[in-house]
Amino acid sequence: MATYTLKVRRYQPESGEGAYWEEFDVDLDPSLSVLDGILQAKDRDDGSLAVRCSCRAAICGSCGMKVNGSSTLACKTQLGEAHAAANRRDGAVAANGGGAEGNGATAPPRGADEEYTPEPTAGTNPIVVEPMGNMPVIKDLVVDMESTHWEKIRRVTPWLLPHGEPPEREYVVEPESMIDVTQTMACIQCGACVSSCLSMEADPDFIGPAALAKAYRFVGDPRDAESKERLHDLAHDPHGIYDCTHCFSCIDACPKGVAPMDQIMRLRRKAGEAGIEDPNSGHNHEVAFVKIIEKKGTLDEAMLVQESYAPGVKGKLKPSKRGIRETIKSLPTILRPLRKRKVKLRQAIPGTHHKLPGDAMADVQAVYKHAEEHSTELNLYIKGEEGDEEEAVAAGLEPERTEGSGAAQPHSGGDDQTLGAGEETTEERPQ
Amino acid sequence: MSNGDAIKVAYWPGCVSRGFTPELHGSMALVAERLGIELLELDRANCCGAGVIAEHNQELADTLNARTFALAQQTGLSMMNICSTCQGAQSECQQRLDADSAYRAHINEVLSGQGLSYEKGKDGFTNKNFLWLLVEDYGLDRLADKVVRPLEGLRVGPFYGCYIVRPKHRLGYDEHPERDLYLEKLIEALGGEVVEYDGARKCCGFPVVTMNRETSLRQAGTHVGDALDAGADCLVTPCPLCHLNLDMQQPEAAKVVNRELGLAVLHLPQLVGLALGFEPKQLGMGKHVAPTRWVEERLTVAAGA
Repeated sequence: MATYTLKVRRYQPESGEGAYWEEFDVDLDPSLSVLDGILQAKDRDDGSLAVRCSCRAAICGSCGMKVNGSSTLACKTQLGEAHAAANRRDGAVAANGGGAEGNGATAPPRGADEEYTPEPTAGTNPIVVEPMGNMPVIKDLVVDMESTHWEKIRRVTPWLLPHGEPPEREYVVEPESMIDVTQTMACIQCGACVSSCLSMEADPDFIGPAALAKAYRFVGDPRDAESKERLHDLAHDPHGIYDCTHCFSCIDACPKGVAPMDQIMRLRRKAGEAGIEDPNSGHNHEVAFVKIIEKKGTLDEAMLVQESYAPGVKGKLKPSKRGIRETIKSLPTILRPLRKRKVKLRQAIPGTHHKLPGDAMADVQAVYKHAEEHSTELNLYIKGEEGDEEEAVAAGLEPERTEGSGAAQPHSGGDDQTLGAGEETTEERPQ
Repeated sequence: MSNGDAIKVAYWPGCVSRGFTPELHGSMALVAERLGIELLELDRANCCGAGVIAEHNQELADTLNARTFALAQQTGLSMMNICSTCQGAQSECQQRLDADSAYRAHINEVLSGQGLSYEKGKDGFTNKNFLWLLVEDYGLDRLADKVVRPLEGLRVGPFYGCYIVRPKHRLGYDEHPERDLYLEKLIEALGGEVVEYDGARKCCGFPVVTMNRETSLRQAGTHVGDALDAGADCLVTPCPLCHLNLDMQQPEAAKVVNRELGLAVLHLPQLVGLALGFEPKQLGMGKHVAPTRWVEERLTVAAGA
C-alpha cells in the first residue's frame, strides 16, 4: 500500500466555470491501476468526478485518457509505473511542461507478465490525469467521442461492400486470407490513438488513425468488392491517407498493438499498387522518392519537390494546377537559403545532385531488382520476433508461447497456431 | 565502448546533411575532431528511405538499409548517424531483419553478390544517433570536461524529432529508458538552461509538407511559437528534416500561424560546438534562415561576465 497523488483536470460545465486542476490523495497498492485510483477518489472525496469505465481489464476500451501526457487506458496503467513516469528526471519533464505524447507512462519491462509490480519510486510529483485530446470535453474525464471518433469511423464506410447476389448461407473465406486484417481487427475503439494524433492536432479534419485502421480492415478483406473505390476516396481526400505525418504517436498509444500508422502506410501501398493518383501529390511524392534513390543512391531534394508536383520532367512536364500553385508557394523557401549560401544554386536545380560511385550505384540497383521481384511484407505483429519466446521461457515468465510473451505487439485474440502460418509472412519468402 | 576509450565509428551522415543542411555535416566534422571521435564515413551507403520507401515496398527499404549496415559491419565498427529520421527508418528495418533469420537470409542473398552480409549483433553492432552516442558511450561528464565556453544563460528548447522517440520498443527504450531525456541532460551538461515547452517531442510536420502544406507548417509554427512564449533563445534538434521545417520554412510557418517568429534552430553538433569554443560562423550558423543573433549575443554576454 502506498499513497499517490492524482492531479486531475476537472471541468464541470454546470458550474459555468472553466477547467481547473484538483489533487486527490489515494491509498492503493502500486500494482493497482490509475483507474482504481480515480475510482477511490470518486468514492472517498468527490462523487461528482466524472469518468467512463466498465471492464477494468483493458478490453472494453471505455477509460481512454491521458496519464502524464500519454494517451492510454487508465485501467492498463499501474499507479506505480505512472508515479515513476511523473517523477523521471526529478520531474523536470512532467506532463505539463514539455512532456508530449510518449513521455508519460513507462511500460513494464518486456517479458514481464500481468503480476509485474514496479518498485516504488521516490518523488513528489503527482500523477497527471487529463481527458483525451482532440475531442471536446463533456465533463471531467469524459469526452465527446461521438462528434469526433465515431464521426470519423462512419466516414470510412465501416462495413463490408460485397457485390453480386448474397450467398445462400454465409460468405466463406479461406482463414489464411483473413490473417492480413487481424491486426486492425484487434481495435477496441478506445480512441487513445485519436487522442494522441499529432496530425489531427494541426488538422482536425484528418480522418485519423482509428478510422483509417478500420478502413484497412475492409480494404484487406477478400469479401469486399469496393476496395479500389475505398482507396481512391481515401487518397483523394485532402485529409485522408496522405495527411498522416508519420509521428508514430498512435503506435505507442494503442493498448492493443494495432499500430494504426502501419495500417495507413499499408493503405498508401495498396493505393500505389492500384495505380491511384491523388491530387495531394501523395502518390507522386512516393514514386519520385523511390525512383530518385534508384537513380542516385541518395536523395536529390530539389528533384523530389519538383517531381512531387510535376512528375515526368524529362520531355513531358505536366504539372497539375495544384502543382503550379504549390511550386510558387515554395519559391520563397528555396530563395532564402540560396541568398544565405546555405544551398548552392546547383543544388537547387532538380537533377544535378551527385550519384554514388559507379559500382555502388550498380549495387543499389541490384537491391532494387531483387526487392521488386519479391516485395515481401514481414508483419511482426503476426510473426513475432525470434528469441522472445526463448527469453521469456528462460526467465521463467512463460511456460510456452502465450499472449503477451511473444510478439513485440501481441495481438489480443485469435489463435497463434493459425496466424503463424499466414500467406503474407511465409508464402513469398524462400525457406 | 566504454567511457574514456577512444571512439571510432562507421559514420552515416544521411542525405539532407549533405544537401539542404550542409552546416550540419560541417559542424559534425569539427565537433568530432575536437572530441576525439573518429568518423569513418560510409560514402558508398544509400539513403535510408525515410519511411517513404518502406511505405512503397517494405522489402526494398529493408534491403537498402541492410546494405548500409553490412557496409558498416565490414569496417568492424558500430554505426553512428546524425539524423533522427535515419535513426527511426533504419531501426524499423533493423527490427525486422533481426526478428527473423529466414528473412535475413533472403535479404542477404542479394547482398552476398556485392561481397556483403548483414549479421544480427555481429561484434555488438549498434546504430546510434550522435545524441545517443554522446550520452551512452562518450559520457556527459567527459563532454563537460571539454567545455571551454559554458552556455551560461542560454535558454535552449529541445526538439527531438518523432523518429528518435517513438515507437519506444523499436528504438531501444527498454534498455535505455531515458533516451527521450538526453537532450535535456546534454543542454545542462553544456551549461545551458532547458526550456520546457509543449512541442519538444511532437512532430515538426515535415513529412507532409508537399501533401498538406498548411497542416505541416502549422505544426512547425506552433512549436516554434510555444518555445518563444516559454522564453527560449533557440531550439536544438538532432534531426535535419525537422530543421528544414523549423528553420528553412520558419518564415512561411509564421504566416500560417499568423504571428511573428524568428527563433534560432541549432543542429545538435552546433550546440555542442559552441560550448567547445567554436565560433557560430565556423559552425555554419550564418547559413540558417532564422536569425541566430540572439544566441550569439547571449554567449558574448556570458563570456564578458
